[in-house]
Amino acid sequence: MINFAGIAAQFTELMLAILLAPLLTGWVNQCRAWLQNRRAPGLLQPYRNLNKLFRKEVVLAHNASPLFRIAPYLIFGSLALAAAIVPTLDIDLPLNAAADAIALVGLLALARLFIALAAMDIGTAFGSLGARREMMVGFLAEPALLMVLFTASIISGSTSLSTIVHTLAHKEFVIYPSMAFAGVAFTMVSLAENARIPVDNPATHLELTMIHEAMVLEYSGRHLAMIEWAASLKLFVYSCMGLALFFPFGVAESGDWLGIVLALPALLLKLAIGGAALALIEILSAKMRIFRAPEFLGTAFLFAVLAMLVHVLLGS
Amino acid sequence: MHLNSLDAALGLVSVWVGLGLAGLLAPSSIRLVSRVLFPIGALTGLALAAVALPAIFEPAVARVLPLGLPDLPFHARLDALSAFFLLLLGAVSAGVSLFACGYFRKGEGTPPGLQGLYYHLFLASMALVLLADDAYFFMVSWESMALSSYFLVTSDHRHAEIRRAGYLYLLMAHLGAISILLCFGALQSGTGNYTFQAMREVAPSAGWASVAFLLALVGFGGKAGLLPLHAWLPEAHPAAPSPVSALMSGVMLKTAIYGVLRVTLDLIGFPLWWWGVVALAAGLLSALYGAVYAAVQTDMKRLLAYSSIENVGLIIAGFGLTLLFRGFGMNALAALALTATLYHCLNHAFFKSLLFLATGSVLHSTSERSLGRLGGLIHRMPWVAWTALVGTIAIAGLPPLNGFVSEWLLLQAFLFSPGLPHSYLNMLVPIAAASIALTAALSGYVMVKFYGVVFLGQPREPRLAEAHDAGPWERVGLLWLAAACVVLGLVPAAVIGMLDPVTRLLASSGIAGLARGWLFLAPIAPQRASYSPLLFFVLTALLVALAWLAVRAFYHGRVRRSRPWDCGFPGLDARMQDTAEGFGQPVRHVFEPFFRIERSAPTPQDVRPRYREVIDDRIWHWLYLPLARGVEKLTALVTVLQRGRISVYLMYSFVTLLVLLFLVR
Amino acid sequence: MLAHYGPQLVNLFAAVLLLLSFAMLSQRRMLSLINLFAAQGFVLFLTTALVGALTGQHHLYWSALVTLVLKVIVLPWILHRLIRKLNVKWDVETLINIPVTMLVGIVLVVLAFNLALPISQLSGTVIRATLGIALASVLLSFLMMITRSKAIPQVIGFLAMENGLFFAATGAVYGMPMVVELGVALDVLVGALILGVFLFQIRERFDSLDTRHLERLKEH
Repeated sequence: MINFAGIAAQFTELMLAILLAPLLTGWVNQCRAWLQNRRAPGLLQPYRNLNKLFRKEVVLAHNASPLFRIAPYLIFGSLALAAAIVPTLDIDLPLNAAADAIALVGLLALARLFIALAAMDIGTAFGSLGARREMMVGFLAEPALLMVLFTASIISGSTSLSTIVHTLAHKEFVIYPSMAFAGVAFTMVSLAENARIPVDNPATHLELTMIHEAMVLEYSGRHLAMIEWAASLKLFVYSCMGLALFFPFGVAESGDWLGIVLALPALLLKLAIGGAALALIEILSAKMRIFRAPEFLGTAFLFAVLAMLVHVLLGS
Repeated sequence: MHLNSLDAALGLVSVWVGLGLAGLLAPSSIRLVSRVLFPIGALTGLALAAVALPAIFEPAVARVLPLGLPDLPFHARLDALSAFFLLLLGAVSAGVSLFACGYFRKGEGTPPGLQGLYYHLFLASMALVLLADDAYFFMVSWESMALSSYFLVTSDHRHAEIRRAGYLYLLMAHLGAISILLCFGALQSGTGNYTFQAMREVAPSAGWASVAFLLALVGFGGKAGLLPLHAWLPEAHPAAPSPVSALMSGVMLKTAIYGVLRVTLDLIGFPLWWWGVVALAAGLLSALYGAVYAAVQTDMKRLLAYSSIENVGLIIAGFGLTLLFRGFGMNALAALALTATLYHCLNHAFFKSLLFLATGSVLHSTSERSLGRLGGLIHRMPWVAWTALVGTIAIAGLPPLNGFVSEWLLLQAFLFSPGLPHSYLNMLVPIAAASIALTAALSGYVMVKFYGVVFLGQPREPRLAEAHDAGPWERVGLLWLAAACVVLGLVPAAVIGMLDPVTRLLASSGIAGLARGWLFLAPIAPQRASYSPLLFFVLTALLVALAWLAVRAFYHGRVRRSRPWDCGFPGLDARMQDTAEGFGQPVRHVFEPFFRIERSAPTPQDVRPRYREVIDDRIWHWLYLPLARGVEKLTALVTVLQRGRISVYLMYSFVTLLVLLFLVR
Repeated sequence: MLAHYGPQLVNLFAAVLLLLSFAMLSQRRMLSLINLFAAQGFVLFLTTALVGALTGQHHLYWSALVTLVLKVIVLPWILHRLIRKLNVKWDVETLINIPVTMLVGIVLVVLAFNLALPISQLSGTVIRATLGIALASVLLSFLMMITRSKAIPQVIGFLAMENGLFFAATGAVYGMPMVVELGVALDVLVGALILGVFLFQIRERFDSLDTRHLERLKEH
C-alpha cells in the first residue's frame, strides 16, 4: 500500500530543501552585512555563484583519483537524503521508515568521511591539514549531536524523527530543562559543523586558519558548485533539525494538504529568524584558535551528556 | 545412513587436518601448497558454512567421539550458538584461504608446507573449540589453537622482534588457559563430571558462579584482547603474516567471545546483574582505549590491531548489557542486546579480515609497513584500494554497510532500557551511550587516517611507483569479504532471523517476531525505530545518479589537468603531506592522560634538528612491567634452593620421604 | 497559571545554574568568569523570588533583594576592581587540561545526583529534585577551586560554592531563617575582603598571583 500523498509531500520537501538552501546562506550573509553596516551582494548571490561555477571548466590535479571526481556527487546525494528525512513541512514522511535519527547522524558522518578522503586525495599540505581538522571537529561534534538527538528520543520514546517531532509538538507547553541543555549543545555543534565563527570562518582566504575551505581548495568548476551547494544544504539541514527539535510548532500532520501549505510560510519565518540569530552570533564572537576547538566541542559534548543525565534525574 | 550436521562438520574438520598433514609430503613446494591445498581448504570452509547455516535452526545434536582417554572420551555438540560461530569461521576462512593462495611465497622463514600444516590445524582446532561439549576436549582444542597460531605468528622467525612477539603471545595465551581451566573447575561444583551437560544441570551457588564468571572473563577476555590483558595483540598481529592476522583478528577473537557466551549464558544459566556492570565497564574502557591508541599509531597493522581491541570492547559492552537485562529478567531487551553483540561479531570478522588482507597486499607489493613510507596507492593498486574503501566505510560504522547495523542495534538497546531498579544504573545508560558514540566517531577518525595515508595522496617514497596490484587469487578473497560486508549491511532483517534461534537459546526470547518483513528493520515497533538499508542505499544511489545526470545534461563536462594549488611555493613535494603522527596529533592532544609519551626535542644549536616522540602503552608500564619484576624477584628467592651439590639434593628427597611417612601414618 | 508553570520554571533555573557552573569550569578568561558568577547570582535572585511567590513566604523576597544587591552588584564590582588593581586580565591556567576537568565534572554530577535522590524523595517541597543539582553545583565549584592555579578563580570558586549552598537551602527548607541568612552574607562579604588583602600580600611577596608559588613556603 503506497502512500501517494506522503510520497508527494516527501518529494516537495526534498525539492524545497535543495532549492531554498542557497537562499538561506544568502539571507545569513545579508543579515551579517546589515549588522556590520555594509552593503550585501544580494539575496540571490549564492545562486549566481553556483551558475558561474557550473559554467566553468574543471581543473583537476594530475594525480586526482576517481574518488576525487565522484566525491562531490556522493556528498551532495547524502546531504540531499538527509534533507529529505528531517520533517520540515510535514510529519508523515514515508522515508522516515527508512532512516531514523541515528541514520541521519550516520548520513552526515558519511558526507564528512568522503569530503575528508577527497581532501587527502591530492596529497598537498593544505588538503591533509583540512582533513585532519575536519575529523577533529567531527569526532567530538558527532557524538554531541547524537546525544542531543538521544535526549529528544528519550523524551518522546522513539528514534524516528516523525515521532519525535509529533511528540514534542503535541506535548502541552512544558519547559524541559534537559532540552535547554540540549539546545545549548546543539547550537555549539551546528556552529562547528557548518564552519561558522567561532570555529571556522567561511569567508577566510588564509589557508592556515581554514578547516572547511582547506578541504575544497583543489575543487573547481561544477565539482566546487556541488560542494558549495552541499554546504548550504548542510546549513539548511541543521537549521531544520534545530527547528524540528526545539520549535516544532506549525509542522503539518499526516496528509493534511492545507496544513502543508500553511506550514511553508511558518517554516520560512522560522528560518529567517534563525538565520538572523546565526548572523548575530557570528558578529558577536571572534574565531577561536584551532587547538581550542576541541575544548569548545568537548564542552558541547558534555552539555549534551548532561542533558540526558538531567532528564534521568528530573524526569523531564 | 543419515548424516546429521554434527557428523558433517566433524568430517570437514578432519578434511582440514588431512590437508595440513598433506602439506608435510612436500614441505618446500609452494605450488602444491598454493594451487592444491589452500583452494581445497577454502572449499572446505565454504562447505562448513553451508552445513552450519541450516544447523542453526535445527535442535541440538550431540555425540561422543571415539577419541580421547579411555575414561574421558570427547563429547561434541552442535547447537544454535556453535552453528552460528561455525558459520562465521567457515565463511571468513574461505575468503582468507583464497587470498592466501596468492600470498604465501617461498623463502620467508618457515617452509610453505609447514605453514600449510599449521594453518589448517589452526582452522581445525578453532572449529573443534566451537564443537566441544566437555572441558577436556575444549582445553585440548584451545591449546592446539594457541600452539598452531604461535607457530604461525613466528613464521618469519629470523627477526628477533617477531620471536619476542610470539613469546609474549604464548605467555598470555597460557595465563588465559589457566584461568579458563580454573573456571571449569569452579563450574563442575564438586561433581567430578567435566562434561558441559553436567555443568548445565548443576546450579552453582551465587558465590561460585561469580568466581566462575570472573575467571571466564579474565581467561577468555585475555584471549579476546580485553583491557588490561590486551598487550599481546598489538605485538602479535603485526608480526604474523597478513592472512594469519586476518584469521586471528577475525575469527580467533570470536572463539573467545563464544567461550564467554557459552560459559555465562549457557553453562551457568542465569547471570547476576552486577556481572553485566563489570563487563560493560571493562568493554567500554577497552573500546575507548583501543580507539585512542589506534589514532596515534604509525604502523598500519598495529593500527588495525588496536582497532580490534576497540571492537572487542564494543562486543563485550554489548554482552555486559545483555547480562544486565537478563539479570533483571528483561528478556526481550536482553535479546536485542545479544543480537547486537552477535551481529557485531559477524561484522567485525568480515571487515577486519578484509582490511588485514588489504594491508597484506600492500605489504607484499611495497615491503613497507610504516605509514610514513606509503601513499598514493589507489593509482597503482585499484582492486585493493576499492575493496579497502568498502572495508573502511564498514568499520567506521556508516550506513548502508554492515558496521552501522550492529551499532544501530546496540544504541537502540541502550536507549530503550526502561527504568532499571537501581538509580546508579539509570545514570549509567547515558554515559555508556555517550562512550559508544565517542568510540564510533573516533573509529571514523582512525579509518580516515588509515585509508587516506596509505591509499590517497602522493607516494612518500619513490619506490612506491613500482607497486603492483593484487593477483587473481587475492582479488577473489578480497571481493568475497567485501561482498559479505555489503550483503550483511543491506539485508539485516534476514540476518536477525538467523540470529533468532541463538538468542532464544541464550536469552529465552527473540526479536525477529517483531520485524516488519525483510525490507525494514524495526526491532521493537516501527513507530519507535525503523531503518531500511536497502531503501537507503537505493535512494542515495538514485540521488547521486540524478545529480550527476542533471549536471551533465545542463552543463558541459570539460576537464583540464594541471598541477595542484601550491600557494605560490614552487617546491611542494610528497613529504609535505600529513604524516601518520601529524594526523594523530589532535587525538594525542585531547587524550593526553591516556598515553605515556617520551619526547626529545631539538635545541636551537642543533645543526640537523630532529624531533622524536615515542608513544608507549601505559598499561604495559603500570601492570606488566611491575608484575614481571615481581615474578623475577620471586624466582630469585626460589633459586636459593639450587645448590649444585648432590648431597643437598639427596637431602631434599630424604626430607620429603620423612614428611610423607608422617602424613600417611 | 503561576502554580502550574512555577515548579517548571524553578526546574529550569536549576538547570541554568548547573549550566553556569559547568561554563565556569570550562572558562578560560577571567572577565568571563566574573560575568558568569554575576549571572549565577541573578538566577539565584529569580529563583528565590519565585519560590517566595509560590509558597507565600515573604521573607524570601527580602532574601532575594539581598542576593541581588550583594551577588549581582557588589561582589562582581569588587572583583572587577581587584582585577584592575592587580593588573591581571589574562587566561586562567589549569592544572589538568579542560576536557579531563569536564569529564571529572560529569562524574561528580552523577555522584551528586545519586546522593541527593533519597533525600529529595523524602522532602515534599516544591522543588524536590533540585537538591541534586545544588549539590552538584557545590562540588563543581570545589573542583574549580582545586584545578586552578591562580588565586582569583579560586576565590570565585569559593563564592560559587556559597551560591550552590544558598540554592540548596532555598530548595529544601524554603530558605534559611533571616538571621542565618544575614550571618552567612556577612561571612561571605568579610571573607571576600580578607581574600582581597591576602591577594595583595601574595602579589607583593611573589610578584605573581600563581598560588603554586606558595609551595616555596615549605620547610625544605
